[in-house]
Order: sequence, then structure tokens, then C-alpha cells
Amino acid sequence: MDWFNIMVTTVEAAVGVETVFYMLAAIGINLHFGYTGLLNFGQAAFLGVAAYGLAVTVVTIGLPFWVGIGIGLASVILLALLLGIPTLRLRADYLAIVTIAAAEIVRLIFRSVTFKDYFGGSDGRYGFSEGFFAMNPFSKGEYGIGPFTFNERVTWVLLIGWILVGLSCLVIYMLMKSPWGRVLKAIREDEEAVRALGKNVFSYKMQSLILGGLIGSFGGYIYALGYASVQPDAFSTELTFYAYTIVILGGAARVFGPVVGSMIFWVLLVFIGNLLNELIEAQYITWMSVNQIGAFRFMLVGLGLVLLLVFRPQGIFGDKREIALDAR
Amino acid sequence: MRRAVIAFTAFLGGLIFLLASPASAGPADCQGVKGTLKLQGQPVNGAKIVVTTEDGKPVKEVASNAQGTWDVQVDKPGKYKVTLDVSSLPQTAEVRGGNNVRTPTVYKDNCSTVLFALVPKAGGEQTPGAPAPTDTSDSSFWTRAAQLTFEGFNLGLIIALAAMGLSLIFGTTKLTNFAHGELVTFGALIAYLFNVGFGLGVIPSAIIAVLVGGAFGYLQDRFFWGQLRRRGTGVIAMMIISIGVAMFLRFLFLFLHGGDSEPYTEFNAQAGITVGPITAAPKNFIMMAIELAVLVIVGIALLKTRTGKAARAVADNPALAASSGINVDRVIRVIWTAGGAIAALAGILLGLSQTVKFTMGQDILLLIFAGVTLGGLGTAFGALVGSLIVGLFIQLSTLWISPELKSVGALAVLIIVLLFRPQGILGRRERIG
Repeated sequence: MDWFNIMVTTVEAAVGVETVFYMLAAIGINLHFGYTGLLNFGQAAFLGVAAYGLAVTVVTIGLPFWVGIGIGLASVILLALLLGIPTLRLRADYLAIVTIAAAEIVRLIFRSVTFKDYFGGSDGRYGFSEGFFAMNPFSKGEYGIGPFTFNERVTWVLLIGWILVGLSCLVIYMLMKSPWGRVLKAIREDEEAVRALGKNVFSYKMQSLILGGLIGSFGGYIYALGYASVQPDAFSTELTFYAYTIVILGGAARVFGPVVGSMIFWVLLVFIGNLLNELIEAQYITWMSVNQIGAFRFMLVGLGLVLLLVFRPQGIFGDKREIALDAR
Repeated sequence: MRRAVIAFTAFLGGLIFLLASPASAGPADCQGVKGTLKLQGQPVNGAKIVVTTEDGKPVKEVASNAQGTWDVQVDKPGKYKVTLDVSSLPQTAEVRGGNNVRTPTVYKDNCSTVLFALVPKAGGEQTPGAPAPTDTSDSSFWTRAAQLTFEGFNLGLIIALAAMGLSLIFGTTKLTNFAHGELVTFGALIAYLFNVGFGLGVIPSAIIAVLVGGAFGYLQDRFFWGQLRRRGTGVIAMMIISIGVAMFLRFLFLFLHGGDSEPYTEFNAQAGITVGPITAAPKNFIMMAIELAVLVIVGIALLKTRTGKAARAVADNPALAASSGINVDRVIRVIWTAGGAIAALAGILLGLSQTVKFTMGQDILLLIFAGVTLGGLGTAFGALVGSLIVGLFIQLSTLWISPELKSVGALAVLIIVLLFRPQGILGRRERIG
């Protein structure tokens, strides 16, 4: 049993690349679902469109990195408008089905052979991150505390990632203290009442969808830069559902809910995976093989999501009264 | 960090399990290229493979055997050119993407696996309908349209079987059940267990699987969803819970069954028979008859029997139904049982026309939703009409668009219909905004 290795990888998972990009996706969902009550099941599409916007601009068209970031953000806003205009007037369950369908459409187009020249088919795109790493202030080497170290590229991605997380949390905190945020929460509680007060509910919902999508799109960039590549199947509906699990675990409608949720989610997932791996290799567990660990871990995620919603829908930090769990 | 990357790879789910099959390190006495040719899970026999060196010197010519495998040993490591002779493939098959040349690198004492993904010529790779044994290259537009209409009906009827249960469950309990696709997979896997695991025929296995599927539906409602309703769990909470249930079941299937797609033991390679402009394997006609029969029986049961009428009453207005003396809980339980059974049947039929895989329910779930929403959420007959439209649309759209994008078309139509007629085709106008 290599307890030291288990501990190192688990602690690194608490701040690692996947933790950060899921965190950003979850902060966006928290704005949609936690604060506005919008059941957006298409968050994966926002991450995917941003990441592909960057990759395609740099690789296929050959424009510089920052133009790629700009085109990615513009595509995300366009996607939010396209998605929002037909669906935001619909009831919550319709919205869920339509957004999940839209996310699948986006993924299928990204991976299709027909558009392979643009999006690279199921192999995706790579080789677009030089512009980002050219700005890397860290010289070659390992950075970290004690045994917990990352190389200079990962450190640079993580630094930017955590800055984005901090900024997103700050923006959400300020907005939710503002009158704008109070209108969003009021829409979650009673849409009709807000409409009766003369507010344009549709417009507020649309702003929430765009802003949450933009925050999610930062997650898409962190994914693309952290792995220096994009593949269509990384942006499947599972991503959205894991992000929902993270939001509910941390506590919906709380600024730091998704942050803590994502850290706990990945620490648990990596810890359980490594522990099982060691136990199987040391032959303490004989009823499953190393190949089954992945399946087993995500069974636990599904089970955890069910148990959370049944016994503690407010998650760790949430307030039960503040969670939109009834359709209107 | 390396471990974390591995952890992330595992997150990509079954995909990795599917792609990373025997490609890993071969035995030390193997140096060359090898591969397996399969069309919809069936091995392709007698396809010719030509291996040359990078600069075109011929090395060897082989043909795939009855298991679809081929193997060429080479003396020197290096880059080789592997060409699949397209004319030696069955008439129905083609290489996905059309590129029949691969240039793998052979390393010392290692075998490289060369992948040629084969797809049916007419239908596209995920056709749950007939494996279209026609040679469509010279047939006219209308012959193809007729063939695709047939396949579209087949797919639409399978979707309709699953969709009716989903729609009725929604109508009676307001649960948007994302775990309904797993009921479909469950049926297919139970039939697979009895068929391949215990050696029973496909037909007795299918009957057992339908019964087990019904029992699974009953138990789910009795011990899970029914309890949640009693606690007064909110509609959206239940929807998210169903996502958790779907994830749990799907990965449980992966855990128990593995990530491979496997065929049943019978009714696999059938010679096609031709009826008018349509050519299909006999099993497709029989499956279609079964689907129609079951849908008619369910329809008559809904219209004529006491329970069926009660079910429609509960779907319409649960409070009013309860106050007029209908035992709502009993009706819901009957619906869950019947829904589980016909979803299992849909899974078995889907497994017979394609192969059995742990994601088959997930793959068809959005099409089921599209069918249900098109027809009008909560109406049983709307689900039938909507599913048929979805099935037909998916297959017929391949006349104009690439088969890999056919689901995109169906999902796009779903969104557009919701813009103009959000209550669906047979749904009643009500406030859904």
C-alpha cells in the first residue's frame, strides 16, 4: 500500500486542473439553477463552444490566441441567445430537455466527419496553446509545497484558473447583493409575482443564461489549455450532470458552494479511485478488477447524487428554503 | 498529476473501455499489424487486406477469417501501408469516412492494431432499424426513400414502445424520468444474460427479460419513487434524482457487463428478403409485427379496460381522479410495471437490430424525449405519433444529410416545434410558459 502516493495525488486533486474547470462550470450552473431556477442541462455545450472557438480560430483559421478567446466568448453569447430565445418561455422540464438536446447537437456536430476539416472529428484539435504558454512567467521546473508539486505549464494554467474562479465568485457575490440579483432570486421563487411587478422576466433570465454560460466558458478554456487539446466527447452530458452534482453537494445558491463542492467531489473521486487501485493490486479486493474502478466510482457519483437530493438537498452550505426543487 | 490524468481518463466513461480493447502490448513473439473487421458487431469474413512497405514494396496479402480477424507478421519494424480492398467487402458495408488506407508504425516485438470502422452503406452506423442488405448505389431515389421509410417505421416503433411508458409515467406522476433509457438497457441486458450466460434461446430469454423488466419497474415504484412521492419530493428534485439513478444504473451495467457491444446468439446474419421496393432481414418484419401488436394491445387496454381508463384519468388530473374514487397509487404502480415491461421489450428489439451495449438506453433516451415532447408530454397516443415522426424523420433525413448527423436533425426539429407548438402535436393548449 503506497499511502504516500495516495495522499499526494488526492491533495493535488483538490486544486488540480479538472477541479478548476468543473468548478467554473458549476459556478455557471449555480447562477442558472441555484439563483435563477433555470434548469440548464446544456452547460457542456457552453464549455465546448468556448474551447472549440479558441481551438478552431487558432488551428484552422490561424489567427492569434487572444482573437481565439474573443471568438470563443462571442460564440458562447450567440449560443446562449439561440438557446434562450425559444426555451426561456417554457416550463422548467421543457427547458431541461431542450438544453440537453442542444448540447448533444453541438457535440455531434463537433465530432462529425462532415465537419472534420473545421473541428477535427472525434480526434478534436490540438496545438493551439502556444500563445498562452508563451506568456508563462514561470521558468521550467516544479512548483509547489513539499511533495505537492506541479510543472511550470500546469502551474501557469492553475494560476489563471484560480484567478478566474476568484473573479467569478466575486462577481456572483456582488451581483447577488445588487437589485439585479434580488430580481433573479425573486424569479426563482415566483416568476408570476415578478412579472406582476413589471419586470421583464424573459430579459433577466436571458442575462442570467448568458452570464452563467460565460463563466462556464472559462472552464472550457481551462480544459483546453490544461490538456492542450479539445475532444468532442469531453463535452458530453455527463460533464453537465457531474457539475450539477458538484453544485448540489456544495450547496446551491451559495457563492462558495460550487468551489467547495468541486474540491470535495474530486478529492473523494481521486481518493476512492487510488485506494481501490492499491487495494486491488495488493489483492485485498478480489471481486473487481482495475478496469472496473472507473465504472465503480461513477456508480458512487450517481448514488451520491440520489442520496444527497433525498436526504440533504441543500448540500453542505445551502439553505433548504432557497433551493428551486419544484416546477412552476 | 499522472494519476490525476488517469482519473480524468476514467471520467470519459465507457468510451475508453470501448476503444482501448486489445490494442495494448501484444505478446513478444508478435511483430506486425493485425485487426478485426466487424460490421454492426458481426465479423466480416473474406475481406482482402494488402500490406506494403512505406515506399510501396508489397509485403503480404491476407483475407480476414470467420472471426473477422487478420494478421500480418513483418520482419522489420518501421512504417507500413495497410490497404483494405473495398471491393472485397460485403455489398452492404463501407469504411467509415471512406478512407481505406492506414499507415501504422510497427515497433520491435510489438503488434499494431489497425482499425477499419465499417458501417452499413445505406443506413449509417447507428441504425437501430434494418441492417439494409440492399445495394443502394444504383437504386433510384424513391427505392431508397421506401427502404428508409421502412427503417424509419421500425426505429419509430421501438422508440414508441419506450416512449409510451415514459409519457404515461410523466402524465401520472409529473416525473421527467431520465432513467427510462436504463429500463431499456436493463431489458436488453437481462435477455443477454439468459441468452448468452445461461444458453437459452433468444425468444424464451426475451419473455423472461420482459417479465423481469416489469418486475423492475414495479419494484422501482414500490420501494423508490412511490416513497419519494409520499415524502412530497419536488418535481425538479425528482428529475435530478432520476439523473442520479440513471448514472448509477448505467455504470452498474458497465461494471457488470463491461463496455463491449455484443450480439445475441440467434437471428444475427439473416439473408434479406425483398417485398416490393424494400429489402430487409426477416427478423425486421417479425419485430415490426411484434411492435405493432404490443402497441395495439396497449392502446386497446388504455381505451377499453377499467385500469386503462383510470390511467388516462389520473394522467389528466390526479386530484380529480382520486376524488372520484380511483386508487391513484395502484394505477401508478400498474403504469410503472407495464412501462418497465415494454421498455424492456424495446431494449431487446433494439439489441436484436443492433448489438447490446451498456449505453444503448442512454443513446436512445433523447430520441424518446423528442418523441414524447413532439407528441405532447403526458399523452400516450401523442407519444406514439411523435415517436413515429422522429423515427421516420431520422431515417428519411439521410436522403439529404450525412447519416452521422441524422440525430442532429431530429433534435433540431424538436427545438423548432417547441417554438411554434410547445404543447406538442396531440397536447392540449395549456400554460406551459
